[in-house]
Amino acid sequence: MSSTAGLRIVDLRLNVAATGNDIVDDINLKIERGRVLGLVGESGSGKTTVGLAVLSHARRGVEVAHGQIFCGDTEVLGLDNEAKRKIRGGLVSYVPQDPASSLNPALKIGMQLVEVLEAHDFGGSSEARKARIKEMMAEVLLPTDDEYLERYPHQLSGGQQQRVGLAMAFACRPSVIVLDEPTTGLDVSTQEHVLKTIRQLTRDHGVAALYITHDLAVIADLADDVAVMYSGRVVEQGEVTEIFKNPAHPYTRHLVAAAPDIASKKSIVGLAGRAESPGKRPVGCAFAPRCELAEDACRVAFPKMVPVGGRQAAACIKANQKASVAAGWAKTMSTRTLGEPAVELVSVSAGYSGNAVVHDVSLTIRKGECLALVGESGSGKTTVSRAIGGLHREWTGSIRLNGRELKTVARQRAVADRLAIQYVFQNPYGSLNPRRTVGDSIARPLIVDGKSKHDARRVVLDVLDKVSLPGPYANKYPDQLSGGERQRIAIARALVSEPEVLVCDEVTSALDVLVQAAIVDLLGDLRRQLGLAMLFVTHNLPLVRSIADEVAVMSEGRIVEVGMSESVIGDPQQEYTQSLISATPSIERSMR
Amino acid sequence: MKASIFRFVLKRIALGLLTLFIVSLLIFAVTQALPSDPAEAMLGREATPETLEALRADFGLDKPIVVQYGNWLFGILSGDLGTSYATSIPVSEYIGPRVGASFFLLLIAAIGSIPLSIVVGANAALHRDRKFDTASSLISLILAAMPEFVVGTILTIVFSTTIWQLLPAVTYLEVGAPPWSDLQGLTLPVLTLLLAVTPYVARVMRAAMVEVLESDYVEMARLKGMDERTVLWRHAMPNAVGPAFQVIALNLAYLAGGVIIVERLFNFPGIGSALADAVRSRDLPVIQFLALIIAGVYILTNLLADIGTVLVTPRLRTRLK
Ligand SMILES: Nc1ncnc2c1ncn2[C@@H]1O[C@H](COP(=O)(O)OP(=O)(O)OP(=O)(O)O)[C@@H](O)[C@H]1O
Ligand code: SF4
Ligand SMILES: [Mg+2]
Repeated sequence: MSSTAGLRIVDLRLNVAATGNDIVDDINLKIERGRVLGLVGESGSGKTTVGLAVLSHARRGVEVAHGQIFCGDTEVLGLDNEAKRKIRGGLVSYVPQDPASSLNPALKIGMQLVEVLEAHDFGGSSEARKARIKEMMAEVLLPTDDEYLERYPHQLSGGQQQRVGLAMAFACRPSVIVLDEPTTGLDVSTQEHVLKTIRQLTRDHGVAALYITHDLAVIADLADDVAVMYSGRVVEQGEVTEIFKNPAHPYTRHLVAAAPDIASKKSIVGLAGRAESPGKRPVGCAFAPRCELAEDACRVAFPKMVPVGGRQAAACIKANQKASVAAGWAKTMSTRTLGEPAVELVSVSAGYSGNAVVHDVSLTIRKGECLALVGESGSGKTTVSRAIGGLHREWTGSIRLNGRELKTVARQRAVADRLAIQYVFQNPYGSLNPRRTVGDSIARPLIVDGKSKHDARRVVLDVLDKVSLPGPYANKYPDQLSGGERQRIAIARALVSEPEVLVCDEVTSALDVLVQAAIVDLLGDLRRQLGLAMLFVTHNLPLVRSIADEVAVMSEGRIVEVGMSESVIGDPQQEYTQSLISATPSIERSMR
Repeated sequence: MKASIFRFVLKRIALGLLTLFIVSLLIFAVTQALPSDPAEAMLGREATPETLEALRADFGLDKPIVVQYGNWLFGILSGDLGTSYATSIPVSEYIGPRVGASFFLLLIAAIGSIPLSIVVGANAALHRDRKFDTASSLISLILAAMPEFVVGTILTIVFSTTIWQLLPAVTYLEVGAPPWSDLQGLTLPVLTLLLAVTPYVARVMRAAMVEVLESDYVEMARLKGMDERTVLWRHAMPNAVGPAFQVIALNLAYLAGGVIIVERLFNFPGIGSALADAVRSRDLPVIQFLALIIAGVYILTNLLADIGTVLVTPRLRTRLK
């Protein structure tokens, strides 16, 4: 075979072993050596399943139905167990999503590195292995001294842990590497370093890399080629510029339209519905239930890949019709006149058992407007928002609602003040009682307040309507809902007390981009219709331009820059903000 | 690092001693406050008030309770455990060999059950939902549902009376003779204790192991090409034994209590039978000292488990200051 042979996946299908339903099917991909292919798709689309298959591994309950995978010249699916073990970590290696849980907490990192070399007889002697480890540590920009290798995983930061994961993956000079969302959960500056390291290593060593992510901007920044997955199939593939400049499949177009971008003020567009899980997928094009171009022909059989031009191809019968799906939906952002202050923070400092983590923060949240509070993890965003909501007791300074001073914790505050500020949590899974119907969860504050069941019911239907869910949803339980629906319920629950201020803490960070866009859209509508003041806490910088009028940038407990979001993101004044913005990958910037 | 572990161990020992002290207060208060009078119990109904008075004075029962406690504690600390009311032998002489025999029984049961339950639990987890797992779960459940005396009785029926006459149904062990001098007689008591403890620990081990085997780091170990033996022994086991330690400790402590019933059943001359006799004759010094020893075993095993858990868990170990 030619020297460019990297990874080739031919006609791959994996099933749920118990039922025989397909998890992924018809997967055909090719990655040349030295190139990076980005595999995107929403949660559950089968990205990890494909990635693991490349290592000839299937999770418990999953089986390979048919197909071939060539790493270099070796077909890996047909190998016997001992041969499979030999190629894993040798010919083909894996970098997992969560470095914290993928490194063994009971073993020193030096040990975890050297055992890969030993398992693959790499390096001959223990001195040679030691030298190789130092070389790898240097390549991933980690200290090479012996003391560092004696550390346990929990003594490293998240970024350092992921670098150890990378060092491990590149240790035996693999020809193919699978990276499964390796930067999810890392701060942007750490992510930038890790991405740089990945790019460097794949180019230098001629590795074919399969990079799995749901973040389009990362792909635009890093990858050479893209494959988009939906419901277990690849629906579009091609070179990065082709896909982002000219997405051909309606799903890809929606993805691009829904992705916020740091480099532009764009209103992001969501899409209702969700992909079905294996066994419940429709016949024909799986995207048809959500596709505005769908017609009967789409529902007959799964559309074939049709060439669109260049290396690009899409599995859609209308791939070559250039209809814009997202246009016309965009809503204009609110005007630039500043509203009345609803909540004012003056010199708020806060801490945990004596350790100050928030220093001297002053902010104004205005009626009918959204203030975004951004910053890296640990910068104190959540502590500030909890202080506003009265959920944190250790703070000093002053927080005023409509000019009235607020007491420290919610319990001490007047009922009206307590109802006026509502808090929506980060995790839509944890914040709803699983044993209660969502209708009951929403109605609870009303019942506690002494409203009759009948009245409460009416209000519940009303708020469900406000968050664009049909009335019968009141009878469902949280586990019958998707992540986006759960987050809508959480918002609905906040709305029943007719608040003036909504504090949203990372409410979209667990959601796929299409769902995130829909929630952002909803929050914008509510703000305009109900005149809500909103604090939107996020680490997702690109989102700021699409949702907020004003933004405050937080670092190490202090506000470093605050202003209109257009000017702060478009023309940052502070060095910290500038570095944050330049570290954030962007589709537009990459396409220039 | 080393120094910090040392300090941690010292701290835990100090805490253990404090607990023991509080327990000793409780034991003394409860036993001394028992309604019946040891002097009366010993001399019977015919005793005259004078002889009773004399005996009480002999035992020191006429002194204020605080002084009695002080004398008792000081005695124990200086190695003088007092004299048994019932037998008039020094408590140390009376109980010493029995404690030794019971400890031996306990030790053998522990040495047998810990590795056995770890191996059974780990194997069940490894072959989850297969024959070995189903069979061992079923057996564990049945055994866990039966009290020791039932297990012991069944063992006796099977191995020494009705079915086979392989082993003696009771131990023929002289008090004071080394326990290993009657190995045949030891078999059934040890087996009973083994069967009482192993199921619990095995189930906890299985649960811990299942969780560990499902973890990302074990999947990662396979994905980097480790062979199954390394995955099991290097990557999975160290993370599973930590949680199991706590349960092992609880069960060893439980054994210290369970030993009483088993000793009665097999007529084994250990602390169990001694305690039963002492309670019958209101032999306060013996009761108090035995209660203290059993409490001591509880505290010691839990102490060892805490220290063990910290030692095998780097996250906890490195946090020590
Ligand atoms: N062990 C399993 N048994 C049965 N079905 C499974 C199993 N693992 C995953 N699935 C199903 O297969 C589908 C694809 O899962 P996969 O983890 O590959 O998705 P993904 O694209 O990696 O998602 P994410 O972005 O959330 O990581 C999902 O619908 C999931 O419910
Ligand atoms: S095949 Fe039909 S339903 Fe599927 S994406 Fe294309 S137009 Fe939409
Ligand atoms: Mg995944």
